[in-house]
Amino acid sequence: MEEGKPISLTDEDFEAEVLKAQTPVLVDFWAPWCGPCRMAGPVLDKIAEEYGGKVKVCKVNVEDQRQVAIDNGIMSIPTLNFYKNGELVDQMTGVTPNYESDIKKKLDSQLE
Amino acid sequence: MPDSYDVIIIGGGPAGLTAAVYASREGLNTILLEKMMCGGRVALTANIENWPGTPDGVTGIDLMEKLKQQAQKFGTQITEFAEVTKVEPLEKAVKVVTNGGSYIGKTLIVATGSVPKKLNVPGEDKFYGKGVSYCATCDGPFYKGKDVAVIGCGDSGLQEGESLLGFVKTVTFIAYRPFMKARQILQERVKKKPNAKFLLNHIVTSINGDKTVASITAKERQTDEEQTIDVQGVFVYIGFLPNTNFLQGVVNLDPAGCVITDDNMQTSVRGIYAAGDVRSKKIRQITNACGEGTIAAIAARDYIKEL
Repeated sequence: MEEGKPISLTDEDFEAEVLKAQTPVLVDFWAPWCGPCRMAGPVLDKIAEEYGGKVKVCKVNVEDQRQVAIDNGIMSIPTLNFYKNGELVDQMTGVTPNYESDIKKKLDSQLE
Repeated sequence: MPDSYDVIIIGGGPAGLTAAVYASREGLNTILLEKMMCGGRVALTANIENWPGTPDGVTGIDLMEKLKQQAQKFGTQITEFAEVTKVEPLEKAVKVVTNGGSYIGKTLIVATGSVPKKLNVPGEDKFYGKGVSYCATCDGPFYKGKDVAVIGCGDSGLQEGESLLGFVKTVTFIAYRPFMKARQILQERVKKKPNAKFLLNHIVTSINGDKTVASITAKERQTDEEQTIDVQGVFVYIGFLPNTNFLQGVVNLDPAGCVITDDNMQTSVRGIYAAGDVRSKKIRQITNACGEGTIAAIAARDYIKEL
């Protein structure tokens, strides 16, 4: 994987990339029609850069990759799912006022 | 010592960003502080049909991304996720305190807009992101073929509901009043859709379900008669509250909490201006928000010249 950049996932490689990953994984469910998702994109890019090697940051464009979104019960975007050892361990829906630090807090606790 | 600017703008919606374009293009040292991300409520709008010069319409997010780029092109410094907690008028300057530091401005333009009102009923918070949404544009596509409710029949409710009608099974529109407040042209269009249902003079009393939304309960306001409607999605458009908590006691506000200004967008304090939805006014459109941002920026420039 290319470190420091979010990876775009498909319905097909979700399992291999996320559920079988050795590191914690952060998955951003987003779509091009969703304003807040697009505006929040740079925050995820920054997180991917800062946590490169420690956390895998992935993006699922729910417009093209419907099945993964359905399988994961996504009903609102942006939603961030946090996975560790193949399990969903945390979730954030919507953009919070301290988005970046809220995400980092969750990631840091999973890295402990 | 806090950083100093000619113009501090609070809020990255259409009013704030337009003020930023004008102020920085005039060569004024300008910073824009945004609580979350630029775009404002416009970024939640699917298609804007009445933005001048766009006969095919424009999406809210496209318009706002370009407006942000335009402000940056002219030199506006944009700081996102900076929430203003306090505004303090000084001698010929204003101090603005945020969660990430303080700034001093010769002038201040308040363009903080408003936030959607919540229903404040049982189930609303529990099912946020699990059936309850405040952005049909973002979340609507998850409800393809499903039954949903739109609460509120003003312009926003009907406009966003109309886009949902294209792909959901049914939309039940619920209005608090015995009539709908939205523009007539919108009402006519929505009423023609076979999968639109209307429940007037009703108030939602609860949102019900197990893990996700399964139904809502609504009460007729006169008879108190309750009914349960099976829906998997609830989209809330019941109005907005101005973001002016940090201005209490600083500038004059109207009873609704909106900022009172004169024709030049100046508030009760010299050097402090307000523009956009946060202002006390009747018409809240993107076009006049931009117009007010323009006026505020030019008024700020003229005021700075006098200092």
